[in-house]
Amino acid sequence: MAGSAVLALEDGSVFHGVSIGSEGSSSGEVVFNTSMTGYQEILTDPSYAKQIVTLTYPHIGSTGTNEEDNESRQVWASGLVIRDLPLLASNWRNEQSLDEFLKARKVVAIAEIDTRRLTRLLRDKGALNGCLLSGAALEAGGELEALRLAKAFPGLKGMDLAKQVSVKKSFDWQGGVWELESGYKVDSGNRFKVVAYDFGVKHNILRMLVDRDCEVTVVPAQTPASEVLAMKPHGIFLSNGPGDPEPCDYAIAAIAEFLEADIPLFGICLGCQLMALACGASTVKMSLGHHGANHPVENLKDGSVMITSQNHGFAVDEKTLPDNLVATHKSLFDGSLQGIERTDKPAFAFQGHPEASPGPHDVAPLFDHFIELMANQK
Amino acid sequence: MPRRTDLKSVLILGAGPIVIGQACEFDYSGAQACQALKEEGLRVILVNSNPATIMTDPVMADATYIEPVNWRMLEKIIEKERPDAILPTMGGQTALNCALDLNRHGILDKYNVELIGANCEAIDKAEDRELFDQAMQKIGLETPRHGIARNLEQAHEALEKVGFPCIIRPSFTMGGTGGGIAYNKEEFDEICQRGIELSPTNELLIDESLIGWKEYELEVVRDTNDNCIIVCSIENFDAMGVHTGDSITVAPAQTLTDKEYQILRNASLAVLREIGVETGGSNVQFGINPADGRLVIIEMNPRVSRSSALASKATGFPIARVAAKLAIGFTLDELRNEITGGVTPASFEPSIDYVVTKIPRFTFEKFPEANDRLTTQMKSVGEVMAIGRTFQESLHKALRGLEVGMCGLDPLLNLKLSDAKAILTRELTEPGAERIWYIADAFRAGWSLDTVHNLTGVDRWFLVQIEDLINDETMLAEKSLQDVDYDLMRMLKRKGFSDMRLSQILEIAEQAVQSRRHEMGIRPVYKRVDTCAAEFVSSTAYMYSTYEEECEAEPSDKDKIMVLGGGPNRIGQGIEFDYCCVHAALAMREDGYETIMVNCNPETVSTDYNISDRLFFEPLTFEDVIEIVQLEKPKGVIVQFGGQTPLNLVKRLEEAGVPVIGTSPDAIDRAEDRERFQQLIEKVGLKQPPNSTVRSVEEAIEAAKRITYPLVVRPSYVLGGRAMEIVYNEEELDRYMHDAVKVSNDSPVLLDYFLSAAIEIDVDLVCDGERVVVGAIMQHIEQAGIHSGDSACSLPPYNLPMEVQDKIREQVTALALELGVIGLMNTQLAYQDGEIYIIEVNPRASRTVPFVSKCIGRSLAKVAARCMVGQSLQEQGFLSEIIPKTFAVKEAIFPFNKFPGVDPILGPEMKSTGEVMGVGKTFAEAYAKAQMGAGEFFEKKGNAFLSVRDADKPHIAAVASKLLALGYSIVATHGTATVIEEAGLEVAGVNKVAEGRPHIVDMLKNEEIQLIVNTTEGKQAISDSSMIRRTALRHGVFCTTTVAGALAVCEALSFSGNMSVYTIQDLHAALN
Repeated sequence: MAGSAVLALEDGSVFHGVSIGSEGSSSGEVVFNTSMTGYQEILTDPSYAKQIVTLTYPHIGSTGTNEEDNESRQVWASGLVIRDLPLLASNWRNEQSLDEFLKARKVVAIAEIDTRRLTRLLRDKGALNGCLLSGAALEAGGELEALRLAKAFPGLKGMDLAKQVSVKKSFDWQGGVWELESGYKVDSGNRFKVVAYDFGVKHNILRMLVDRDCEVTVVPAQTPASEVLAMKPHGIFLSNGPGDPEPCDYAIAAIAEFLEADIPLFGICLGCQLMALACGASTVKMSLGHHGANHPVENLKDGSVMITSQNHGFAVDEKTLPDNLVATHKSLFDGSLQGIERTDKPAFAFQGHPEASPGPHDVAPLFDHFIELMANQK
Repeated sequence: MPRRTDLKSVLILGAGPIVIGQACEFDYSGAQACQALKEEGLRVILVNSNPATIMTDPVMADATYIEPVNWRMLEKIIEKERPDAILPTMGGQTALNCALDLNRHGILDKYNVELIGANCEAIDKAEDRELFDQAMQKIGLETPRHGIARNLEQAHEALEKVGFPCIIRPSFTMGGTGGGIAYNKEEFDEICQRGIELSPTNELLIDESLIGWKEYELEVVRDTNDNCIIVCSIENFDAMGVHTGDSITVAPAQTLTDKEYQILRNASLAVLREIGVETGGSNVQFGINPADGRLVIIEMNPRVSRSSALASKATGFPIARVAAKLAIGFTLDELRNEITGGVTPASFEPSIDYVVTKIPRFTFEKFPEANDRLTTQMKSVGEVMAIGRTFQESLHKALRGLEVGMCGLDPLLNLKLSDAKAILTRELTEPGAERIWYIADAFRAGWSLDTVHNLTGVDRWFLVQIEDLINDETMLAEKSLQDVDYDLMRMLKRKGFSDMRLSQILEIAEQAVQSRRHEMGIRPVYKRVDTCAAEFVSSTAYMYSTYEEECEAEPSDKDKIMVLGGGPNRIGQGIEFDYCCVHAALAMREDGYETIMVNCNPETVSTDYNISDRLFFEPLTFEDVIEIVQLEKPKGVIVQFGGQTPLNLVKRLEEAGVPVIGTSPDAIDRAEDRERFQQLIEKVGLKQPPNSTVRSVEEAIEAAKRITYPLVVRPSYVLGGRAMEIVYNEEELDRYMHDAVKVSNDSPVLLDYFLSAAIEIDVDLVCDGERVVVGAIMQHIEQAGIHSGDSACSLPPYNLPMEVQDKIREQVTALALELGVIGLMNTQLAYQDGEIYIIEVNPRASRTVPFVSKCIGRSLAKVAARCMVGQSLQEQGFLSEIIPKTFAVKEAIFPFNKFPGVDPILGPEMKSTGEVMGVGKTFAEAYAKAQMGAGEFFEKKGNAFLSVRDADKPHIAAVASKLLALGYSIVATHGTATVIEEAGLEVAGVNKVAEGRPHIVDMLKNEEIQLIVNTTEGKQAISDSSMIRRTALRHGVFCTTTVAGALAVCEALSFSGNMSVYTIQDLHAALN
């Protein structure tokens, strides 16, 4: 029989459930994600660093886990909150149950709680800091300790997490996107040389670049612009990542230099916010953020609607866009800004996740746009 | 893009009668489409032959034609109405086929009418297997290996390619009619032969068998800007090989990773684009090899479907409504998601935070000779849906909502039987209606997960959860109620166990479990279905119960009326009752009450969250209902409209203090309990056929001597004539009492003298306790002995003397007042030799209420609901019977073509699934239209074959002379021929099957017979002649099994005038 676990929130709410995964203590910002698929991708998405993720779909773990579905080299989420861990994982690609996967990676998690109650709470109050406690830590400190830790968590505002999750050394990426029959191709493109800043990059972004015949070099978050320019890339990619974009002054400075150099730039998520900051706009912390795989986004150029994967707690403030930075996409859920483009430079960015994984592939053509920009420059 | 301004009027095609494979989900979609287009200011023209639908209510469209859905009648309607466009995607296969016919016959061009939603090319591409395969190849998607055949020779060629086992499907038939799986040459030839005949294009598709593969379905919506969304994914519990309509299905898909799910998503969108579905909803079905994920496309439907109704209910996203708006030019982002109160747009993909389970409901007990194994041809007649936070909870809720006498995974098989293992093995490998319970039994017998998986092909993910539930049951069986502590009770309730099932396992009363649970404070909470997994606030009270921490019900303190629905459709209880429930809810809402609907049937209009203020999608068991009542505290609960389902709960609800309104349960009991009923009839001074209630075989034999034969025999308290038979002698009675029923003190058997030559009459009335207004008197066309639900009937009566009608009015009025009916009452009477007999009184909504309401222009169900909350008929201004000057005939529709081998003969047990209505200035016109609506075509020349029982011989010459006058030649079996010859008419004799060849079946097979009148009685005679009727059915030859029916057919055939089409609105206007 599994041991008990609690999830305590900074507002004093406490949820009692059972411990799954590893036992211990973990604090972070508690957010929810409404995607019904892709829990492994979510857990391994670096953008979830310092966040405890609640998945709203009740059965999580039904397909187990496998080597192919990781989006980075480790689990970044601070914890996982679910309603039900299935008795058995069933899928032809399953290699390890979710419970074992979490244990092996020392991830604290809780099941059997009313995740809908938690979701409604977060929806009404915005993301809250929280703490997961189980095992010896729970026995020792109890609920009160969990509450204390929840309140002690400093929150993500002002937190530069990108440099924490980034690789420490640059490397060349190999491998294209996954296919049903063949799995991953070990591959590398050679038509365009792309440098990808790793602020917490999801691997599927790199795979999609390779599929489009790019030779991809991944560089650490704090790599100076000069080093990158020395590599003479055809284009520079600014990745997604966790935390507040504002403290990432090193990246903002580098991006400003790239813009000056007229090199094609493509940003996703945090990369989008950083590009906006480099152009002189500002960003805000959203009350709740967007976390799901069903968000409709309108392409302002042609009115078409795409269903997108979203995961961000900060956003570009549309009111602060300078004249040479225009909105290209907006969320049909809340009207928030979802895409930007420089009118005078080959630079654009998207707030959601065109690389999907998890989520619909509707926005994938943005990668083609990046290729186009590089081709035009070549 | 806003709506097209060039469209001013749209014609919506309905689905026609309820049949297997096409049920009231198309009333749900059609009603939504009507509303969606009407509110855009379009003139809506509707055609549907099914009067029991909400969509054919006069307020739903501007011009409503309750006329046959076929191209000939449609041409008349189009000529009259000149619509700008036709929307063919709301009425199932019937509407699509009709649209193709209209195109083929040049009518679309002639009147310059455009198809919207799906055009002919798209329909053809989706429905024609060859075109579909080419289209799939073009976009790089695999379809199963297959061949197409138009004759047996081509079929054999195809077989070479696909091998055994293989799946055979006739083209263009709904619900896979006529298809099957062949494991050997003999089966192969048989199915192919049948399929070629059933397919309107005489075409078969022979597929590689994917038995054991996993099956998925995606519901896709696309708009004119090419924006596409997936509304819902559905995973089948049953592996491939069982028609998806007959499969237990679960939403969302459970065992796909995101990568695999996105492959299905991309493929679905590609399919829609390639097929060319420009706007609207479609579903795409996939098979996936569980070993390696290989994916094939099984089929796609370019229209809303049963699955889209399920997906709408499962997610809260109204697919049909949205599809209708898209068809007239709107785009998804211009439409709002109403369930969130419009906070979010319709251009998103619903996310759900619960599990939905659908279980089909079968009625094989009605067709004992039918093959009851589930195959690729759909056989179920209804379905139940349940919502829970986990699969276990939703499965448990669905099982008890099914109303098949199970309150969970009850044991089915006596595991001590010596052949238990063999039975289990068969039931697991060759699925029947009850496989889910046999799976549970296998785990009870200690079979391993792998064994059960290998035998069933069901994914281990599902199986392990059933095994877990059985382990819980076993653990609990060792305990007593005192041992069940809070944690254990909560755990069991969270897994969905009903109090009833727990009480069975603990061997105590259900009440005891409920009390203990309540003492512990373990009560369900209600969560909302909101399309968005709580991401946004939902203003809609669409709810389901679960055992969690937070309740979102937020009950108000307004005056509330709660309506209990009818649960899953079954033969005898279908759309008619849902119609009544919807009307009751609408009336109560109009009068200012807050309305609460409880039902668990996803196909229905009643479970549309717009119909009532609060919708509880819950099983209709005592436990589930009482918890809602205690939460909501309604002022009144209406149980009269949902058929037998809510009535079965009345006693316990009343004991629990629930304010049941309307006719008192005691009055219902007086009508249903035969002994009390007899006293009632005597008290009012009326007549009933001699009868008796018996509790043993001996008593039955004794009573029969007094009553004399023939007898109608049946168990008490049934709906739809379950197990009802006519017996002609002691031997048959003895067999019936031994084999057909379990007779006991608690469940006695009723014997009635059978009035074999009577005219049967149905009367619906409404009563406020003081005044009675007759809704209508309906004369059955088939004579007594045919279940009233299976008999055609005429409103007003077509040859019942006026004074008899007046006497009937007096009698039913006296009965209603004596019973103190408040609401509806249905009475069945028989008229024979100058006497009126009361056969049955049902103080509740009846199957004919919607038909009557359509004929008289007044909703009886609404009037009745208002009576129940205390409004007198006087106050409502409904004071006298409305008798239409036109005739309306209701004809029943039967599922015999789905059950090869079943004798298509009518009897006292109800077998029809649906009904059509025909309207005319004369009875003949109305009856002819009703037959046309039922899909019967009479060839007005050729041979009519007559063969009748002795009792009918005095009347057969009249039939023969009419047929001769119509131009037929008469062929008859020798006994019948003698009678006809004696009347001086020309007739040719033919052998019965037993008399040697060539015989009548040879003639049928040689297509030498165009019309059949075949009446018969007695077990032996019926079985001797069944070959004739079965062959007739296969060859599409019209066959009537009563003389009265034959005479009505003669009338219809003699109707030579040009058939006119009438709108219900005009007919109603003429009544005033």
